Amino acid sequence: MSDFSLNEALWVLLLGSLLGFELIGKVPPTLHTPLMSGANAISGITLLAALALIGQAPSPPLQALGAVALGFALFNVIGGFLVTDRMLAMFRRRGGAA
Amino acid sequence: MNQLLLDLSAVLLLALGLRGLAKLRTARMANGLAALAIGLAVVGLLVSQGLAGWPWMLGGLAVGGGIGVVLALRVPMTAMPETVALFNGCGGMASLLVALGAVGLPGPMGLLATVSVLASVLVGAITFSGSLVAMAKLQEWLDTPAWTQRQARHAVNITLAVACLACCVVVVQGQPWGLAPLTVLALLLGIGLTLPIGGADMPVVISLLNSYSGVAAAAAGFVVGSALLIVAGAMVGAAGLILTQVMCTAMNRSLTSVLFGGALGASAGAGGGEKKEAESYGRITSCSAEECAMALEQAERVVFVPGYGLAVAQAQHSLRELARLLEGHGVEVSYAIHPVAGRMPGHMNVLLAEADVPYDQLVEMDVINPEFPRTDVVIVLGANDVVNPQAKNDPSSPLFGMPVLEVDQARSVYVVKRGLGAGYAGIKNGLFELPQTAMVFGDAKAVLNGLITELRGMGVGKKALAAV
Repeated sequence: MSDFSLNEALWVLLLGSLLGFELIGKVPPTLHTPLMSGANAISGITLLAALALIGQAPSPPLQALGAVALGFALFNVIGGFLVTDRMLAMFRRRGGAA
Repeated sequence: MNQLLLDLSAVLLLALGLRGLAKLRTARMANGLAALAIGLAVVGLLVSQGLAGWPWMLGGLAVGGGIGVVLALRVPMTAMPETVALFNGCGGMASLLVALGAVGLPGPMGLLATVSVLASVLVGAITFSGSLVAMAKLQEWLDTPAWTQRQARHAVNITLAVACLACCVVVVQGQPWGLAPLTVLALLLGIGLTLPIGGADMPVVISLLNSYSGVAAAAAGFVVGSALLIVAGAMVGAAGLILTQVMCTAMNRSLTSVLFGGALGASAGAGGGEKKEAESYGRITSCSAEECAMALEQAERVVFVPGYGLAVAQAQHSLRELARLLEGHGVEVSYAIHPVAGRMPGHMNVLLAEADVPYDQLVEMDVINPEFPRTDVVIVLGANDVVNPQAKNDPSSPLFGMPVLEVDQARSVYVVKRGLGAGYAGIKNGLFELPQTAMVFGDAKAVLNGLITELRGMGVGKKALAAV
């Protein structure tokens, strides 16, 4: 079902990894926990794969499997972003007061 | 074409988001950008593939998203590391399920697709069970069983890993049933790898598992042929690795010793087969809140060292009140933050932020260590291992080499603690026996409130009011 070759996919993988290494250069220790939490939320992007599975599944059992996968992924994404926001909101309030 | 445009914007926003999360000023907006990016990606996918199966999609959204929202809004800040571990494990589970489901799709599976499925199942399963074990350990639902500290655990894990590989070979040769034992074995492997690791090292493990879940997502990207998924997964995988490295550096542990060295305290005691009993302390001075308050009243410079115990006692607000009182009295107050204070780097900053502690009073270890010799009073609140002087001067201590806050350099040290129990790493603390150290036994919140009352009794608060 993929519309690109292994070659291209590997390039994408390599460049994505390099980007990840570069983006997280220096992080103040204050932000380690929120950053981990935010990155964790992003890793729930696997929800795209779950959606694709539901869309392409020929039978209800497979669709149900996709729906369960989607549930897990959305739990990760939505919960992750909200919890990160809660943590960061605290810094913001204080920054505004200073 | 529309999808391509949306996907590209999503990648751009994700990159900006990850970068912005690393800066205090932009972090919150960056988190929103990353969320928006995922939203765009979903729209892009739905535009291109249509809404077939939408009731299933809504169902997944309602259940997974709903539970996620409730949990995220309710969980206390002290339980943040466990929560991240749980979210992370579920991400791994999603990748695992998608890969299993992809096998059932019509059409032949090429070698690339098969290998991607295997990678996604393997990494997803390890992430899931490993994260759950990490969560249970942080919640203190799970102990470190004794057998996991023996060399035998390596044999168990290597056997599991070899068995996993064998299953992979079976699947590649066109026998999809191999996926079932692979899933079970990989889940067991995740447990086997995480269980021997001591509670003190759990943050590193969570960070590493976070990186794994990125890898699992990238593998799922190969499975369904989504470049966006590969990029995002790879970015998170790489970013997680960097964070893991940063945490290891902060604790002066190498990643290999964290992963394969066993639990910190246990390995020291298990040397001769006899498990070290809670070591007894020699000369301990204990004192009342009143004496401590008198020392504070006289002090010019006070440093608080907050630890996880403070957060557990929910005493951040009392601490903030005490600090305000002292500041009103003309005392210079700061907070020494060890890189791994709390259960995770940065965790303590979040907890203190919750109590409105001014940002500029939180001082990092490298900056505050030279300041301790000119500090009159240090108050250690529920911290233990991060102020253990043996990490500096006792090569036989398991903590030796870990950078610590050098509070033993200060003129006087008060340690607020419930009892003489060992720290999270299970190691005795020589600080408690030093002549300049006094123990104030009690719950952190009760002691702090006691100090506030004593200080008010001495008229400290009145002066502050007069000044205002």
